[in-house]
Amino acid sequence: MRHQEKVKEAIRENLGDLITEESIILSNGRDVVKIPIRSLDEYRFRYNWQKQQHVGQGNGKSRVGDVIARDGQAAGPGKGKGAGDLPGDDYYEAEITVAEIEEMLFAELELPNLKQKEMENLVVEDIRWNDVRKKGLMGNIDKKRTLLTALKRSALAGKPFRITVDDLRFKTWEEVVRPHTNAVVIAMMDTSGSMGTFEKYCARSFFFWMTRFLRTKYQSVEIVFIAHHTEAKEVSEEAFFTKGESGGTICSSAYRKALEIIDTRYPPSRYNLYPFHFSDGDNLTSDNERCVRLVKELINRCNLFGYAEVNQYQRHSTLMSAYRHIKDPKFVHCIIREKADVYKALKTFFSNPQTAN
Amino acid sequence: MRDDEKRALERAIAEITEVAKGFGLDFYPMRYEICPADILYTFGAYGMPTRFSHWSFGKAFHRMKLQYDLGLSKIYELVINSNPCYAFLLEGNSLIQNKLIVAHVLAHCDFFKNNVRFANTKRDMVESMAASAERIRAYEIQYGKLEVERFLDAALAIQEHIDPSLLRPKLRWKRHEPPLSEEPKKPRTPYDDLWKLDETGEVRAAKREPIKKRKFPPEPEKDLVLFIEEYSTVLEDWQRDILTILREEMLYFWPQLETKIMNEGWATYWHTRIMRELDLTEDEIIEYARLHAAVIQPSRTSINPYLLGYRIFEDIERRWDHPTEEEQRRFGRKPGQGRRKIFEVRELDSDTSFLRDYLTKELVEELDLYLYAKSGNDWVITDKAWETVRDQLVALRINGGFPYITVQDGDYLRNGELYLKHHYEGVELDLKYVEKTLPYVYQLWGRSVHLETVVENRGVLFTYDGRKVHRRFL
Repeated sequence: MRHQEKVKEAIRENLGDLITEESIILSNGRDVVKIPIRSLDEYRFRYNWQKQQHVGQGNGKSRVGDVIARDGQAAGPGKGKGAGDLPGDDYYEAEITVAEIEEMLFAELELPNLKQKEMENLVVEDIRWNDVRKKGLMGNIDKKRTLLTALKRSALAGKPFRITVDDLRFKTWEEVVRPHTNAVVIAMMDTSGSMGTFEKYCARSFFFWMTRFLRTKYQSVEIVFIAHHTEAKEVSEEAFFTKGESGGTICSSAYRKALEIIDTRYPPSRYNLYPFHFSDGDNLTSDNERCVRLVKELINRCNLFGYAEVNQYQRHSTLMSAYRHIKDPKFVHCIIREKADVYKALKTFFSNPQTAN
Repeated sequence: MRDDEKRALERAIAEITEVAKGFGLDFYPMRYEICPADILYTFGAYGMPTRFSHWSFGKAFHRMKLQYDLGLSKIYELVINSNPCYAFLLEGNSLIQNKLIVAHVLAHCDFFKNNVRFANTKRDMVESMAASAERIRAYEIQYGKLEVERFLDAALAIQEHIDPSLLRPKLRWKRHEPPLSEEPKKPRTPYDDLWKLDETGEVRAAKREPIKKRKFPPEPEKDLVLFIEEYSTVLEDWQRDILTILREEMLYFWPQLETKIMNEGWATYWHTRIMRELDLTEDEIIEYARLHAAVIQPSRTSINPYLLGYRIFEDIERRWDHPTEEEQRRFGRKPGQGRRKIFEVRELDSDTSFLRDYLTKELVEELDLYLYAKSGNDWVITDKAWETVRDQLVALRINGGFPYITVQDGDYLRNGELYLKHHYEGVELDLKYVEKTLPYVYQLWGRSVHLETVVENRGVLFTYDGRKVHRRFL
């Protein structure tokens, strides 16, 4: 129905805001979320409800001054008959599952620089009957098609019905091969004193969607969390997003830690590696040169290296200016200024440079 | 539905119809149909089984269906003002539910047939809407779905602004007054102007008068839809046709908007009277009572039209059956006239006059009606004085509850611009909505559109010039 198309349209237009919606990120992807859709308002000349006097009915004991409803409360307007025009129903809410958002979001994303890893990892998953041929194994003969061909041919030739070798049809199959692949996301985040809740929230929503996206492409996705200030250490997911630290920033420490983990646990020949680094760009200036060198080393081992700078106030960032000079298709950087930019970041990181240009 | 159930329902319908006729209800031939919820709710959302399609109906459907699925509210029936009268019953209604509904629906049909507001409604609207829907579908094929939708979006935004008065011919001024400025007559002979020398200055001034801009329209026009349809310079024929369709449909629905409380009250009054006449088992009576109680359940934040209308009708009947001595003396009211009186009211009144004339002090107090308004974050009861409550109830029903807007000038600034005026009566417009609606009017009119209204006790003029909405104090 047209109405549902319009809902979808509205959702697609608002993806940017939606994917950073707290209720979705915190829902763990299970729930149905309700989202207001304002583009479905039917505008007309109407009275301002808030400034109008309305008539209600009490139980016989009502008195002037009684509070009968409160805004933003279920007990208020919106119950009972005639609910349609009370202020609680001001806009239209659509119900949407996280799966639906994913479908729309992931339709726009691609995996860049995907490489075949070691051949031994290829596994046959399934076979599919999808073709009919004239030659094949007797056991796989397609009786219906064989009979039909025989009937047609004998009818055309005007001869009595007989099945010849030419009439035989065989079903054939195709092997569906899916690479058995592993991806590793190395999530690095600056937890220095300068990273506030907003910065962390952006990083969190980004990693939430990235992990989900990679899961659709790879059979298994592992995530390694590295938090750093002046030193880096591997932490649990919970600690990664919640722990506040303080101190200065030395980004190279995180990169060194990442390299160490890759070399010991995830050989690039077997794994697709996606290191991503979130920072506010407030790095120790003397460290920048070392960072550039380590990033280059990481790029050699990885599919993609992403650097996202959460920078609400348009500060000048030394790290970003150092990174601007790295010219490698596998190095992608972007700046997040507001929540909706998380969507932009996802699109920048996961687009194929070939198709994008 | 099983065969025996169907037969039982048919028998019940025949019996109820007899009882209703015995009470003097006067209705069209009835056609009953049993519908699954999906279908019934689609009809409900579209307002008609055969209407054209637009996404806003889909939206209404989803909202209603959601409430149904959650068990919040339920439509048991739908009745169409037509001859023969169609009534749709929800599949899965129990026999007793259907009995109540049939009685209820018969009273609705009696109301449609006899209330004067409905006198001009087309009784073959089902067919006529099917034909319009067909035309709109053809436009979609010819001009593109999106194009038609874009136009419908705009047209639906002003659809309530028609003139539903019963006796007024449409745009009565246009017949004897050709629109817009006429060229002053040219002299027929080279010497004609010489005759003018004879005229005194006074006469000359009088003669020059017509050159002054003629008012257009000569008096404020309430029917915005019709005005745009006739005089917009940017509309294609198919677009004018859609405006005609929407206007016709709004004219058809309008009496229902205007008599909501009466109509539901009348139907509720009669289903109780008819059900009393039926021979019901104990279980049936309990089920009926529960259902009836749900229908007339009051709400703290709104008026239940079933309850209010029902109580007013009962009150009228009582007061005319047993008039006080004073009433007998002053109005010459004779006892025992109750039935006759309510039939007269159902014929002549609409909600505004019904409430104004028959909502009494006793009733307001007994029903515990009150006014409430917003104060900070709370909605607070502000007034319980019966006259204020009554007057506010009437005010809310005026013009179907829509703001009263007229066309003041169709050639504003001598530039063909459209000047609308909201007749402010103490309630402000939703300004955000004004700013979003004006572009729609602009889309229909093709030139700048102005709307005069009042905000915080000051006159304000909203203007949309095709780019953005400006606001200026008058």
